[in-house]
Amino acid sequence: MTEQQTESGIVLPSYTRENAEIDPPLDFAGYRSTEFRHPKNPLVLMPQMLTEVTGPVLGESRLGPLDYDLTRQHEEMPLGQRIEVSGRVLDSDGRPVPNTLVECWQANASGRYRHEVDDWPAPLDPNFTGVGRCFTDSDGNYRFVTIKPGAYPWKNHHNAWRPAHIHFSLFGRAFTQRLVTQMYFPDDPLFSEDPIFNSPRDPKVRERMISRHDWGTTEDHWQLGYKWDIVLRGPDAVAFEEPHA
Amino acid sequence: MSKLGVTPSQTVGPYFAIGLTWDDGPDVVPQGTDGAFWIRGRVIDGNGDPVPDAVVETWQADSGGRFAHPDDPRGAVDRGDFRGLGRCGTDKEGRFGIHTVKPGRVPGQNGTLQAPHIDVTVMARGMLARLVTRIYFPEEEAANAEDPVLSSLPATAASETLMAVKSDDGYSFDIHLQGENETVFFSI
Ligand SMILES: [Fe+3]
Repeated sequence: MTEQQTESGIVLPSYTRENAEIDPPLDFAGYRSTEFRHPKNPLVLMPQMLTEVTGPVLGESRLGPLDYDLTRQHEEMPLGQRIEVSGRVLDSDGRPVPNTLVECWQANASGRYRHEVDDWPAPLDPNFTGVGRCFTDSDGNYRFVTIKPGAYPWKNHHNAWRPAHIHFSLFGRAFTQRLVTQMYFPDDPLFSEDPIFNSPRDPKVRERMISRHDWGTTEDHWQLGYKWDIVLRGPDAVAFEEPHA
Repeated sequence: MSKLGVTPSQTVGPYFAIGLTWDDGPDVVPQGTDGAFWIRGRVIDGNGDPVPDAVVETWQADSGGRFAHPDDPRGAVDRGDFRGLGRCGTDKEGRFGIHTVKPGRVPGQNGTLQAPHIDVTVMARGMLARLVTRIYFPEEEAANAEDPVLSSLPATAASETLMAVKSDDGYSFDIHLQGENETVFFSI
C-alpha cells in the first residue's frame, strides 16, 4: 500500500482518486432523472485523510446463515433459472479485499422488484425477496445463489428496457472504496439502448460490469454459473502529489 | 500503474431500499447511548422538491477521535457498540435521520487538526455515482476556523452548506443536490 507521511508522523494509506475515465458523469442527458439531481458546481478536491482511508468494519453478526442464498429464503424455491454468481473482490493492484460486506438486490424472474414503488404488472413471486448478503473470505471470494432476474421496462424513453442486472453494494476497506454498481449478463441484446449501462464513456470500462458464463460453477441438472470479479480503487501511485495542505 | 481496471459505479436505482436499508441503519451508536443525538435532514433536488429515493450514509470517528480500523496508525481501539457507520433511506418527504454522537478531532495533513466532522455519502435514483460531503458543527468555531478542509473553501455561503444547525433533538442538515443552496460536494 502506498503511504503518505504527515509532519505529525502519521502514516496513512492512499487510494487512487475518483476518475472521470471510470465512473459515469453525474450529468448524463440519456438518463433523464440526472437532470435535477446533479450538482452544477464542480466537485471540490479533498485530500484523503484519516476519515477517508478508514471505513466500517462490519461483523458477520450482520448475516443470517442463508443470506447468500436467495433461493432458500422462503418455503419453496422461487421461479426462474437457478444461477450461482461468484467471484473475487480485489483492489486495482490485484490484492484481495477480505472480510468485507457484499450486498445485492434484484428483480424476480419476471422483472418485478418486491418494492412498493414498482408498479410494473409482472407477477410477484411469494418465494422470492431478491436480497442477498455475504462477506468475502480471506481471499476476497464472494458467492451468491439466486435466479436470473428478468429484464424490465422503465419510463426513461419510449420502449426503454433495462438489461437483466443484479445491483451490488460494497464497502471495501475504506470510505474511498465505497462502490454501488450493477452486474450484467453476457451478450444481452438490450445493452445498446440502455443509458445506464452506457453511462461510463469508455466501452472497455462498461465491459467490467458484465459477468461471464462459467462451466466450473455450472452444475449438471442444477444451476448455471456466472463469474464476476469486482475491482475497487487501490493504492495510489502518486500519493505525494496531493495538492492541498 | 494499476494492474486491474476499476469497476465503474452505477445508480442505486429506485428499489435499493429492499437491499440497503437496515432496521438499525441509523444507529451509529445504540439507542440509549449517553450524549447521543439525531442529525435529521432532507435531500432536495434542483427543483426544490424532496428526493424520496435517496440513501444517506455517514462515517465518523468516535467521541475520542478514533477509528476502530487497522489503518488508523494510532492503533485501533475497541469502541464497543460504536459502529461509526450510519445509513438511512429518505422517506416520501425526502427526510433521513442518523442517531450518533459528536466525533472527536482527527489529525489532518501536515500537523493540522481537523474540526469534528462526519463524512457523508449520498446515492439516489438519477445519480450514476455517489456524492460525498461533510457535516461540521456550528458550536465548534475555534476548531472550524483551523480545519484544513473548511479553510480551503472560499469563506462564502458555500462552506455554510457544510454546517449543521442546532435543533430540538440534535442537529439538522439538509442536502441540496442542485440549485441556489447547492451543497458543497467533494471529490476524493
Ligand atoms: Fe434495477
